[in-house]
Amino acid sequence: MSPESKNGIPNVPDKWLVTTSPHVRSPETVSQIMWTVVLALLPACVAGLVVFGWYAGLIMAIGVLSAMASEAVVQRVMRRPVTVSDGSAAVTGLLLALCLPADCSWYVPVVGSFVAIFIGKQVFGGLGRNYFNPALIGRAFLQFAFPDQLSMSKWKMLMRKPLLESLAGNIFNVGSGPVAEAMSAATPLATIKPPFPHGEMAADITPLEAVGRSLHNTAEDPWDVVRDLGLGNIPGCIGEVSKLALLLGGLILIANRYVNWRLPLAYILTAVTVALLLPVKSGGEWYGLWAGQWNVVGQLAVIHLLSGGLFLGAFYMITDMVTSPTTGRGQVIYGIAAGVLVALIRVYGGYPEGVCYSILLVNAGRLLIEKYSVPRVFGTSSGKA
Amino acid sequence: MFAANFLLLLAAAESGANMIETVAWGGGVMAAIGGALGLLLFVASRAFAVQVDPRIEAINAALPGVNCGGCGYPGCSGYAEAVVNEGVAVNLCAPGGAEVAGAVAGVMGVAVDDSDRKVSVLACRGTREFTSDKFEYFGVKDCRAANLVHGGAKSCRFGCLGLGSCVEACPFDALVMGADGIPHVIEELCTGCGKCVTACPRDLFTLRGEKQNVVVVCASHDPGKIVNRACKVGCIGCRKCEKTCKFDAIHVVDGLATIDYDKCKHCGACVKACPRGIILNFRGARRARKERLEKAETAAAREAR
Amino acid sequence: MHLGLPTFRGGTHPPEMKELSRDLPVEVLPVPELLACSLSQGIGAPARPVVGVGEEVRRGQLIAEAGGFVSAALHAPTSGKVRSIGECPHPVGLRANAIFIEPDGADEWHPDARQELGEEAALALDAKEIVSKVQAAGIVGMGGAAFPTHVKLSPPPDKKIDTVILNGCECEPYLTADYRVMLERPGEIVKGLRLLVKAVGASRGIIGVEANKPEAHERLLREVRGVEGLSCRMVAVKYPQGAEKQLIKALLNREVPSGGLPMDAGALVQNVGTSVAVWEAVASGRPLTERVVTVSGECVERPGNLLCRIGVTLGDLLAARGVRAGARRLISGGPMMGLAQWNPEVPVMKGTSGLLVLDEPAPPEHVACINCGKCVEGCPAHLMPNRLSTMGERRNWEAMMDWNVLDCIECGVCTYQCPAKRPIVHWIKQGKNELRLLKIRAEAEKKKKEAPEGVPAE
Repeated sequence: MSPESKNGIPNVPDKWLVTTSPHVRSPETVSQIMWTVVLALLPACVAGLVVFGWYAGLIMAIGVLSAMASEAVVQRVMRRPVTVSDGSAAVTGLLLALCLPADCSWYVPVVGSFVAIFIGKQVFGGLGRNYFNPALIGRAFLQFAFPDQLSMSKWKMLMRKPLLESLAGNIFNVGSGPVAEAMSAATPLATIKPPFPHGEMAADITPLEAVGRSLHNTAEDPWDVVRDLGLGNIPGCIGEVSKLALLLGGLILIANRYVNWRLPLAYILTAVTVALLLPVKSGGEWYGLWAGQWNVVGQLAVIHLLSGGLFLGAFYMITDMVTSPTTGRGQVIYGIAAGVLVALIRVYGGYPEGVCYSILLVNAGRLLIEKYSVPRVFGTSSGKA
Repeated sequence: MFAANFLLLLAAAESGANMIETVAWGGGVMAAIGGALGLLLFVASRAFAVQVDPRIEAINAALPGVNCGGCGYPGCSGYAEAVVNEGVAVNLCAPGGAEVAGAVAGVMGVAVDDSDRKVSVLACRGTREFTSDKFEYFGVKDCRAANLVHGGAKSCRFGCLGLGSCVEACPFDALVMGADGIPHVIEELCTGCGKCVTACPRDLFTLRGEKQNVVVVCASHDPGKIVNRACKVGCIGCRKCEKTCKFDAIHVVDGLATIDYDKCKHCGACVKACPRGIILNFRGARRARKERLEKAETAAAREAR
Repeated sequence: MHLGLPTFRGGTHPPEMKELSRDLPVEVLPVPELLACSLSQGIGAPARPVVGVGEEVRRGQLIAEAGGFVSAALHAPTSGKVRSIGECPHPVGLRANAIFIEPDGADEWHPDARQELGEEAALALDAKEIVSKVQAAGIVGMGGAAFPTHVKLSPPPDKKIDTVILNGCECEPYLTADYRVMLERPGEIVKGLRLLVKAVGASRGIIGVEANKPEAHERLLREVRGVEGLSCRMVAVKYPQGAEKQLIKALLNREVPSGGLPMDAGALVQNVGTSVAVWEAVASGRPLTERVVTVSGECVERPGNLLCRIGVTLGDLLAARGVRAGARRLISGGPMMGLAQWNPEVPVMKGTSGLLVLDEPAPPEHVACINCGKCVEGCPAHLMPNRLSTMGERRNWEAMMDWNVLDCIECGVCTYQCPAKRPIVHWIKQGKNELRLLKIRAEAEKKKKEAPEGVPAE
């Protein structure tokens, strides 16, 4: 019974490949997931190009390339295998670039990407071991490193003139400087930022009208404002403006089952709802929900929903696999917690937008949430064993 | 001190004094404060000095200073104190090896008692050159995990699987995975802790003490015909060792040469007799270590005087 | 719920690959020159030979008696002479012996193995008689685990079984043996089910068939029509729908308690092939001597569903059906839970449902867990395989115990889906083994402590 005796059967290999079960694997890999996320971000990238011009494209390219380069260098120096081709650095770099204003200097995404990859990811041990979203770590760092280019200017940001005239004209703008034909205006969230009254909200007009005025200096039909909010003809960061493009990408990710629909939904719904519920006074009087002004509440809801980085954060940042809980229940709790934080920062906090910090804060609390969202083991009555 | 200086400069600048005067004042104050504190430290170092046995310092100097804790004491200085104050054994520093053991012994003025020293030995010589694989294994790179899959890919069902569970388990880096496919024991670093013994799924490690200098490095109980096909250096039970031994210390039991250490006199006759070279004599290595120990001992004792 | 069909939570959908052999009717494989009848056919103690070398035997003759209660008898698969009794390779890799029989070509049945009772008489037997005939015939579960059936049919008196379930799901890719048996012998399946229901005193019997086998479902439905207490239900197509705990959940909405057995949920699950064997044993007195094995895979020249005698070697099957270039894997059973083989001299056992020759290459080296959660979503036992995998990687066996590693059914869904290509099931298997060894060591130490000094150890 020797193992080497051959039966003379042709094509029997010299040595069979023996593994423990299962002996087959699904073809999906980490690379596939990462590059699909990049694909899902393409609509937002295109929208960014159209709204802000070719310079935004340059920023995106710099972001991606410097992130990949940083990872290669850092991994080489740390004597780890270089895994840039798995696409995770590309995702981080792209997401970071999409969080930047379209008129930032070329070195901003370089520095941001390096910090995101080195401190946000590699220091923790590489892919799968980080506790915080690397792109957001980079973004938060940039906020302190280049405050004039980032944090303060979110109150007033770059936007383009009317969007739908000549697509090519928009992208390859003619004129001097990278962002000619552009002007800056208060972001919608900056316009409706309590405490009141201030800016456009000082006049006795509805929020949408206020936003319209701050964007175009004239009275506008509220529905046009909603259209602008949805398509992206508003001031903001490169990737966050076009909700339509972001939603499209988000649906791609949900269809591929990389994102559980519960998480972005919980995040968005909670953020909007809580923002409306938080009591706000305007000139000593209650404002919004607490004053029973339903028209105002409705408009504020739309603005909160379609402004700022909420869509970008909901579909791409908070849903990052490594830093979000694995179970559906955990993800809902996660989304709700982050939603509450966003609302608090937007209404009461120091910044008009709170997506970045809300996500970083729930990243910190993820393990705690996971602890309390362990599925019930089959055949047991509660929890584990 | 800098804060004091800074505040002083501020005060000076506020009051409108000129630059040179300000700098002079600043420098002067700094020097004065520094001098005063220095004097204070000097006095304290004399007044509150602790009496330390000079031997502790000498031993501390001889130890590698790595603070690995392998000796079981908190850092090298902890071990030095234990040796002097508690009379702990002098040869507990594994990374230091024979040199350090001898040096410590020399400082203490004692002879090193190496008799209870146990070193790990692998009872298998089945490298890739001498054996083959039954199949191509793919899975967790761990011997204990591989053992669950048809007992591993090795052609010998008793032999070393070569995936390094032992290397991983050794806290002293005394096991190194060779390019030949089996681990090798670095004797000097081995402390006889026994972690490799527990790690090996085939129980191939034993801890050999002073009396076990001659070791059969094969564990196969399979009959000779099967061993012949599985491994070129496996014990086939030919009994040449048994016939050569004058002390009746080695017998083929259940297909494998086994040594009775109560009778073995480490003469090494069986080592020469074995046609496959599976019996090894570690007496030479032990003697070499003893020589290094004695050399280090005398050197340290001379220095202590 | 999948299209409204009953199912369990979790699972995955590997490519079915059943088109290679599903339309091939069962073929009889000619008896080869030597049969290796392993004494360790499945779970339980090995059987003990009752024949000697050189003895002439006939088909169905008892050649080895059960080695205990949880053990099955072994019968000669054909007539011939006992050539030798000795070591024989085993699909699991353990050391086992076998009775090697040289067929004489006559294939004569032993008279004890031909006792035609007739349908009516068979169905009129009482529970005790049914179980004893099943035991005498050496029947074991033919779904793969090969657990002695008579033991399953003898639950302790406090465990009342009210439902017998027949597993007609065959959820593993490539395998079509059960499917062909359902198409070709539905009557015997149902009659066997009636015997099983009677044997445990159950009130009903349900045959669960996956929705991808509509014709089989149709034929079985026809057979159960009119028989009181029996039904045939379609379940969702999903792996591992055929796992007994998951099938019970799908059909009865009951969960077998953690650490328990189906009888704790009042159910008994058997493979459809076992049901046929039970009928044959009771109605015709025929012991288990052959079974249908699906030989399939991209690297098999002529796939098929072969009716082969127990003791045919894998090499015989490969020689009979041909191997294509590029073959890398040889698997006994299905690709998700089957056992990889390397030795062609391993014989077919009573529980061997298939032999697959695949070209599946080795997966790429694994990376760190990216927390995607696919494993958690897919786990039919609702465990957290991602955590278990990192614990296994770090050799933290005790922690695995706290995270219910013992509830893992090793179905492979987690490892199949993992994009990081982590060998999760391997770590889990290692964890279970290490925990078992730690327990043994702890018990041995406890015994040493309890034994008074000076008393020699056992």
